[in-house]
Amino acid sequence: MTQSEWPLWEVFIRSKQGLDHKHVGSLHAADATMAIQNARDVYTRRLEGISIWVVESKHVHASNPDDAEAFYDPANDKVYRHPTFYQVPDSIKHM
Amino acid sequence: MQVAPSETVALNSYSPELRQQLFQYVLQLADTSLILGHRLSEWCGHGPILEQDLAMANIALDLLGETRSLYQYAAELEGQDRTEDDLAFLRLAVEYKNPLLVEQPNGDFGDTVARQFLFDNFHYHFLLQLKASPDERLAAIAEKAVKEAAYHLKWSSEWMIRLGDGTEESRQRLDKALGNLWRYSGELTTPTAAEKALQATGIIPDYAGLLPKMEAHLNHVFQEATLPVPQGVFMMTGGKEGRHTEHLGYILAELQYMQRTYPGMRW
Amino acid sequence: METVEINLEEQFQARIDADVRIEPKDWMPDAYRKTLIRQISQHAHSELVGMLPEGNWITRAPSLKRKSILLSKVQDEAGHGLYLYSAAETLGASRDQMLADLHSGKAKYSSIFNYPTLSWADMGTVGWLVDGAAILNQVPLCRTSYGPYARAMVRVCKEESFHQRQGFEIMQTLCEGAPEQKAMAQEALNRWWWPTLMMFGPKDADSPNTEQSMKWRIKRFTNDELRQKFVDMMVPQAEFLGLTVPDPALQWNETKQGYDFGDVNWEEFWNVVKGNGMCNKDRLGARIKAHEEGAWVREAALAHAKKRAERAETQAA
Repeated sequence: MTQSEWPLWEVFIRSKQGLDHKHVGSLHAADATMAIQNARDVYTRRLEGISIWVVESKHVHASNPDDAEAFYDPANDKVYRHPTFYQVPDSIKHM
Repeated sequence: MQVAPSETVALNSYSPELRQQLFQYVLQLADTSLILGHRLSEWCGHGPILEQDLAMANIALDLLGETRSLYQYAAELEGQDRTEDDLAFLRLAVEYKNPLLVEQPNGDFGDTVARQFLFDNFHYHFLLQLKASPDERLAAIAEKAVKEAAYHLKWSSEWMIRLGDGTEESRQRLDKALGNLWRYSGELTTPTAAEKALQATGIIPDYAGLLPKMEAHLNHVFQEATLPVPQGVFMMTGGKEGRHTEHLGYILAELQYMQRTYPGMRW
Repeated sequence: METVEINLEEQFQARIDADVRIEPKDWMPDAYRKTLIRQISQHAHSELVGMLPEGNWITRAPSLKRKSILLSKVQDEAGHGLYLYSAAETLGASRDQMLADLHSGKAKYSSIFNYPTLSWADMGTVGWLVDGAAILNQVPLCRTSYGPYARAMVRVCKEESFHQRQGFEIMQTLCEGAPEQKAMAQEALNRWWWPTLMMFGPKDADSPNTEQSMKWRIKRFTNDELRQKFVDMMVPQAEFLGLTVPDPALQWNETKQGYDFGDVNWEEFWNVVKGNGMCNKDRLGARIKAHEEGAWVREAALAHAKKRAERAETQAA
């Protein structure tokens, strides 16, 4: 029975010009064309978007939550990457 | 009266006779969107998959929106204080002027897709021309509706192709649907005497001018769908002059139920 | 090995207690996953079946404006069903399987939709009362512990807010209209009031899963708490409309700053849950019919997509 199910697609929508596409949810569609149209019909009924991306869910690769410490904690002590780490004399402007 | 395409005309510049003709014609357009929208809305909750339930409801909502603009304009043209709802709900079956195609039952999804495609192919190309009407209200309504119709045509064309070039069963079903519905497609582009009179004024487009583009699109879709274009079918007409199939009466029985049972109330 | 399990469970609960959202790939206890799939799919089924009683009146709506509003509202319900199925799918459930469970009767949906919609006023009552009750249930779920569920609910609640208002507007128009219209409104309220109170589920004492669900924050108020809130919220609105709530025991209680109200007919409640409501068979029958009659359409679309992909491959080669 699962064979007859249309593939699952992840939907990303740009809500207005200048913003990133943002993940809004998923839906089923037989092909990419239909996925975009379904996304239009399902996720933009209230002017939520001006551009749509769809990706078949099986093509999304995600990081493993178990790796979270190894992945993200090492960035914790790199304070020198942030501008507030540096002291600029008050008399210096535009920096 | 012949209106040059470049000039726009306002309501009050029409002769009473032309105004009456235009009123009848706008009603015909409104009835058409109303009845097709009504049919599509019957699918709500019963579609083949949730995503397509939403898609069909969107098309129905577009058509109902177009319906309302048209009835509102018709009411103004008539100038007798009738409202959009009076016009939509309180006329007799013979007074409805929609073509026969749109009142045909939903049948299975294949019937609905075929009906929608035959209509959309006309509707889109028609609105594209109506946009240039010297009648500024019709032009404005067409301007908005044509964007919607472009999407409808995309939807129904793609489904024609999917079903035609899908499985053996889907092909047979679509074939059967076309066998039934094709005979109603000719009425869309066959002008009635009333339409001819209006076409002569330049207010509405000549249907003959739409045919090449309609045919080109239809041929493309049928080719992709691997379907033969039906040939030599006798074309049924009458709806646009108030002679309907038996289906319309049942639509009106539901559509008018509340307004007929409780006359003159606000809802 | 067992100690690791316990540790994971503890860590999991600690995250929930700290109001950290759980995301699809995070570790979660099996029971949490199962309970969520059941709850979310039940909610999705309710949206899907919930389209039927209102869909029933789309073709009979009394004005073009009402027809458009009603159609867009029922369409929203299809959307909400879809958002919720999607959320459940992130937990590894397939929509096909969830639908199969609905069709076989294994999965439940809200019993309220097994009551018939008999007049136009039912469209007002369903929007005003039933959606009002649903919103009370749903708003707290925007902060539920499972991320995709919470995000789906945010979307649902945002869209749902017009549903209740349009229902109230229908009621207000009826109540300000002709005597027949007012009578129609009262008659609908009489039929829907008690079934709506049943929507919050059995009494807390008879709701054994509540405690665990509250702990997991997939339920944020108890059934009785929500029922009380609902009555307190609705009685003044009914008064505004000039309608009588059909409960002789209804009375303001100054001490608890809320209404006392009569007991729900639990026998009727369980009967409808068991399948003996007016519309159980029709509702499920309509869903099964739509699904079965749509099978060839879904297959055709897949077959066509496959042909296309193969053609594209041949061309590329």
